[in-house]
Amino acid sequence: MIKKLALSALTALALSTGGAIAAGGEAYVTDYDFSFEGPFGSFDQAQLQRGLQVYTEVCSACHGLQYVPIRTLSDESGPGLPADQVRAYAAQNFFVIDQETGEERPATPTDNFPANVALGAPDLSLMAKARAGFHGPYGLGLNQLFKGMGGAEYIASLLSGYTGETREEAGAILYENVAYGGYLSMGPPLYGDDVVYADGTEATIEQQAKDVAAFLMWTAEPKLMARKEAGFVGVLFLVVLSVLLYLTNKKIWAPIKRKD
Amino acid sequence: MSGIPHDHYQPSTGGEKWLHKRLPIVGLLYDTLMLPTPKNLNWMWIWGIVLTFCLALQIITGIVLVMHYTPHVDLAFASIEHIMRNVNGGAMLRYLHMNGASLFFIAVYAHIFRGLYYGSYKAPREITWIIGMLIYLLMMGTAFMGYVLPWGQMSFWGATVITGLFGAIPLIGEPIQTWLLGGPAVGNATLNRFFSLHYLLPFVIAGLVVVHIWAFHTTGNNNPTGVEVRRTSKAEAEKDTVPFWPYYVMKDLFALALILAVFFAIVGFMPNYLGHPDNYIEANALATPAHIVPEWYFLPFYAILRAFTSDVWVVQGASFITAGIVDAKFFGVLAMFGAIAVMALAPWLDTSAVRSGRYRPMFKWWFALLVIDFVALMWLGAMPAEEPYATFSLIASAYWFAYFLIILPLLGVFEKPLPQPATIEDDFAAHKSGRTGGTKQFVDPTPAE
Repeated sequence: MIKKLALSALTALALSTGGAIAAGGEAYVTDYDFSFEGPFGSFDQAQLQRGLQVYTEVCSACHGLQYVPIRTLSDESGPGLPADQVRAYAAQNFFVIDQETGEERPATPTDNFPANVALGAPDLSLMAKARAGFHGPYGLGLNQLFKGMGGAEYIASLLSGYTGETREEAGAILYENVAYGGYLSMGPPLYGDDVVYADGTEATIEQQAKDVAAFLMWTAEPKLMARKEAGFVGVLFLVVLSVLLYLTNKKIWAPIKRKD
Repeated sequence: MSGIPHDHYQPSTGGEKWLHKRLPIVGLLYDTLMLPTPKNLNWMWIWGIVLTFCLALQIITGIVLVMHYTPHVDLAFASIEHIMRNVNGGAMLRYLHMNGASLFFIAVYAHIFRGLYYGSYKAPREITWIIGMLIYLLMMGTAFMGYVLPWGQMSFWGATVITGLFGAIPLIGEPIQTWLLGGPAVGNATLNRFFSLHYLLPFVIAGLVVVHIWAFHTTGNNNPTGVEVRRTSKAEAEKDTVPFWPYYVMKDLFALALILAVFFAIVGFMPNYLGHPDNYIEANALATPAHIVPEWYFLPFYAILRAFTSDVWVVQGASFITAGIVDAKFFGVLAMFGAIAVMALAPWLDTSAVRSGRYRPMFKWWFALLVIDFVALMWLGAMPAEEPYATFSLIASAYWFAYFLIILPLLGVFEKPLPQPATIEDDFAAHKSGRTGGTKQFVDPTPAE
């Protein structure tokens, strides 16, 4: 908790200068493997739960998730937490302003995660879709075609990409980051063992970064699994339909092509 | 409806006769479906059906999306997320609508370049061509305004840049821009009117599509040879044509199913590939994105817009002649709209008596270069406005205009066309029997795009 507060204070200071300043360097995003990649990929439920823990215990100090309803934490294709656990989680961790009474009360599953604008940190609901990891070459978009858009890779690379170099600018401390390709105002949020995973996974910086990146991919695209299933069924159906239509067309045209 | 002789609908039963006397709607449908269609149409003639499907898809998904969308600057972005998260099937609907726009433009570009290669714009099909160009312009307007509705960063800044184009018009530009925006800058009034027009224009397009189809059903379809269907007798016409139903309905449906399989793969597996990540950040008037890039289908014309900077001698000349009224910005706007205008004027700029590019040995190469030019402009539109891209853009833009204003008129004079088949029947027979019947010019060069 003390570390959270200290971090908040630091970040608030940094953000008050008006965001990050890029320093020209080439950004480098690592192509991490995620279970949800590719046409058949799906979310790893245990990883989403670990990511939720990292978000709750670290990121939520500064960042909100205002578009994400808390109840969706029990989605089967998402973190899949039991309903009573979600209820307890909401009440323990977040306070919201009740729309009817106008008073602050503990959150319930039907509420969204609260926004967090106090420090000017961006909302994370859609961050995994608002960033791209792989660009080029030459604006042709081929990298994104083969590697994916890379939003989750970008987040994981950013969180584990601090070099330790700092710079002072207009009274604020900026931190060098290889994924950002320069200096940014957010200080390193992860130091290793920031959380204690219930499933015994070792909480290295990279592990936590990947877990929270996967979780943020889910918050950005909660219907990812349903979408892929629909795509798969759609493609399969249309391929079969194409074959049938091809044969029909061939048969219909046969007498026309035969006649001289 | 068609000038090609064919059988018309004859009401047989009492009920049909009763209806036909009062409203000949069955006859209209029959004549439309049984339209004699040249039997040698190739696979580039399938895009019309794809486009019709796209219009229907966009209207149907759009109407449902409107039921859940809120056109207000404070609520629009959140209402999109509401659709994506809470509406049943909402994510799928939105992704279909988003990528449907891309499919629409892929199809329309293929359709336009088909027309340019096979001379579909030439007499007597100028009206079909002009209406097609109007539809294309309306499509661009509709797509642009639709892109503003999610109220993301690219929505906001795209709207700012594009409406700024009208501000470049001398004297009356700024009042026009203010009038379009409903205020001094892009805001709630802008979002509301764009929403209203985005809903209206597709129905205007649908009306024009009916006229477009009516026009070419009157003249008959063009075909890969550019040779007209014989109309002297029904027997001769029947040798050149087949009825649209079932021959082309089945062929088109097959092509449509195949294209939709690819479309569904994109919607299902990579729905954001064609979009810009910045549009998942809510609009912020205080933070300008590093690169403001329009959707891919606007890129060629965006490249032309940016190509004419103040250091280009043509721009300096225009500025000098008009005593500074035409500055670089206004010149760019004129060039962008001019690029579409010259395309619309193709029926009168093309002087060749031969319709199809298949029998025009020189034209073929210039046309191939035009297709490459179009793709190059699309790429250049996505690149930052700096060297060497600026010079490339200028060269590519110059070729676009040169093709329509210089090459097309001159080719008709200098080019010696190859012999055309006497009838469509001959061409069909030549293709069917492979090499034996067909001379070299009967081999179909498939145009790119």
